[in-house]
Amino acid sequence: MTDDTKGRNPAAAPLALGRKVRGLSDRALAWVFIAPTIFLLLAINIFPLIWTVWLSLTNYRANRLNAEVKWVGLRNYERILTDPDIWYSMQATAHFLIWTLVLQVLIGFGLAYLINRKFKGNDLWTTIIVLPMMLSPAVVGNFWTFLYQPQIGLFNYVIAFFTGADPASFSMIGDVNLAPWAIVIVDTWMWTPFVMLICLAGLRSIPDSIYEAAECDRASAWRQFWTITIPMALPFLMLAVLFRGIENFKMFDLVVQLTGGGPGSITELTSINLKREAFEKWRTGFASAYAVILFVTVFGLASIYVKALNKVKER
Amino acid sequence: MSSFSVTEPSKGQKWFAGIVVVVYALVTLMPLVWIIATGFKSPADAIAYPPKIVYEPTLEGYVNLFTTRTRMTPEALEEIGPPQTWYDRIVRRYDMVISGPSRYGERFLNSIIIGFGSTFLSIFLGTLAAYAFSRYRVPLKDDLMFFILSTRMMPPIAVAIPIFLMFRQLGLSDTHLGMILLYTAVNLSLSVWLLKGFIDEIPIEYEEAALIDGYTRFQAFYKVVLPQATTGIASTAIFCLIFSWNEYAFAVLLTSGTAQTAPPFIPTIIGVGKDWPAVAAGTTLFLVPVMVFTILLRKHLLRGITFGAVRK
Repeated sequence: MTDDTKGRNPAAAPLALGRKVRGLSDRALAWVFIAPTIFLLLAINIFPLIWTVWLSLTNYRANRLNAEVKWVGLRNYERILTDPDIWYSMQATAHFLIWTLVLQVLIGFGLAYLINRKFKGNDLWTTIIVLPMMLSPAVVGNFWTFLYQPQIGLFNYVIAFFTGADPASFSMIGDVNLAPWAIVIVDTWMWTPFVMLICLAGLRSIPDSIYEAAECDRASAWRQFWTITIPMALPFLMLAVLFRGIENFKMFDLVVQLTGGGPGSITELTSINLKREAFEKWRTGFASAYAVILFVTVFGLASIYVKALNKVKER
Repeated sequence: MSSFSVTEPSKGQKWFAGIVVVVYALVTLMPLVWIIATGFKSPADAIAYPPKIVYEPTLEGYVNLFTTRTRMTPEALEEIGPPQTWYDRIVRRYDMVISGPSRYGERFLNSIIIGFGSTFLSIFLGTLAAYAFSRYRVPLKDDLMFFILSTRMMPPIAVAIPIFLMFRQLGLSDTHLGMILLYTAVNLSLSVWLLKGFIDEIPIEYEEAALIDGYTRFQAFYKVVLPQATTGIASTAIFCLIFSWNEYAFAVLLTSGTAQTAPPFIPTIIGVGKDWPAVAAGTTLFLVPVMVFTILLRKHLLRGITFGAVRK
C-alpha cells in the first residue's frame, strides 16, 4: 500500500529508479501482508501454548479465581505419568489409532485402486463416497448413536439381518467389549474417503509409461503391483497415514458425541480425558501439563514419521 | 492373467471395479439416507421395530425442531379453539400447543455468521500472506511457513484452556467476534498453504508486464493476481467454511448461549422425550447444505483435498 503514494506515471519514472523504489517498498509490503497472519497465529496459538506451559507448573484452578496460585514445579507431570487412568486413556487412544489406520489404509487404498480402473461414472461414485468426511464429526457421532440403538437402530438391524442374531441382544455403545469397535467403525466410515482420495492422487501420478514398459517385459499383474504400484504410491499412502494419525490422536468431537467416553471409561480417549480434567474437575494446572505431554507426543511422533517419509520419497 | 493391463483395464476389470465401488458407495450412503428419512417420520415410526422403510411422511420432526410446546388439559384446549395452521394441527394431536420458537434457528444463524465471518477473514489475511510468501524474498520464509503449518498439529483441547482464560479476560467468551477470530486463526494455516500453492502457479510474467505498464505492486496484486487466483480462493474458502461449520470442540467449550453454533446444540435437541425425528430434522438441515456443496463443487473440492496434502 505504501507504493500507492509513489508516482503512477510510467513514462516519467525511469525503469532503474522504479526498481529501486519498488525494491524498498516490496519489503515493507511483504511485511504488511504477512504481519496480520503471524500476529493472529501468535495471539491465538503460540501465546496460549506458552501460557499452557506456564500453567502446567502451577496448581491454578480456573474456577477459583481468588485462590492463591502456587508454583509446583514438575509435580503435575510426575502425577500424570504415574496416573493409571491416564495410561489407560493412552491405551484406548492407541487401540483407536491403530485400528482406524489399518482399516482406512486397506479399504481406502483398495477403493482407490478400483476407482483407478476408470470405469464409467467413477467420479460421481467417488463424490458419493466422499460425502461423510465433509460432515460435522460431532453431529455424525450424535446421529450414529441412533443407528447403534439396540433393536430399533439400523446398524443393529442390518447386522442381525446378516448374522441372525437378535438385534436387541447387543448394544454397540453400551457394551464394554463392543464400544471400542463402535468408534472405530464410525471413524472408518467417515474418514476412509480421505485416505482413498490421497491414494487416488498417488496412483494417478504414476506415469503410464512405466506400466507399459513392464507389460513389454511380461511382468505379471502381481509383480507390477508390488514393484511399481506400491512403491510409487507409498509416499502418498504414508502422507495419508500422517494426516489421519495426527487427527485421530487428537480425536475428540466424534467420540465424545458417540459414546461420551463410556461405558465407564472404556472409550475415554486422551482428549476426552483431558477435557474432563480441565473443564469438569477444573484442575487447570494438572490438565495443562497433560496438554503439554499430548502436544509433545504428537509433535515428536509426527517429526520422526516425517523423517521416515522423506527417506521414502528420496528413494 | 497375461491379458492384465493397468493402463488399459479390460471390460471385465472395469465391471468388477465398478460393482465393488458402487456397492461400497451405497453402503456408505445408507446412514445418511436413513437419517434424512427419519426426519420425516413420526416419533412412533422412528422407533418402530423392524425399522420402517415405508411410512407416512410427516413434518412433525421439523415442527418440533423449530418450536417449544406445552401440554394442555382437554378443557384448556377446548377454550383455545380449533388449531389455525398446519403446524398447530400437528402438535394438537398430542394435546399440545406451540408456546414459542426453539433455539435451533438462532444456533443455525450463529453457525452462518461465524462460518462466513471467519471464512472471509481467513481468506483475506491468507491471500495477503500467501502472496507475500509466493512473490517476495521473505527472511526465514521456510521457517515461517513451517511455523504456520505446525499450529495445526495442536490438539484443540490443549490450547482451549488458555484460550478460555484469555477470552474470559478480554470479554470474548460466548461472542461472535471471539469465535470468528478463533476459527480464523485455525483456518489460516490451511488457507496460507493452499493459496500459496495456487498463487505459485500464476506465471510471474503477468505481474512483471503489469509493473512495466506502470501498475504499482499493490495494483498488480489487486488487478492481475487476484482475478487469476479466483478459483483457488473459492475452493480454499469452501474448506474454511466447512471447517468452521463443522467445528465442535472449541464451540462446546467457549460458547454456551449467544454465540453457540449448531454442532454443540444439535445433540441437546433429543431432550428427555427421545424425539429422534426432531434430532434427525436438525441434523438433516445442518448436513444437507454441505452435501449439496460437495456434489456441486466436487471438482474443486477433491482437487483441494489432495492438493493440500500432496503439496506439503
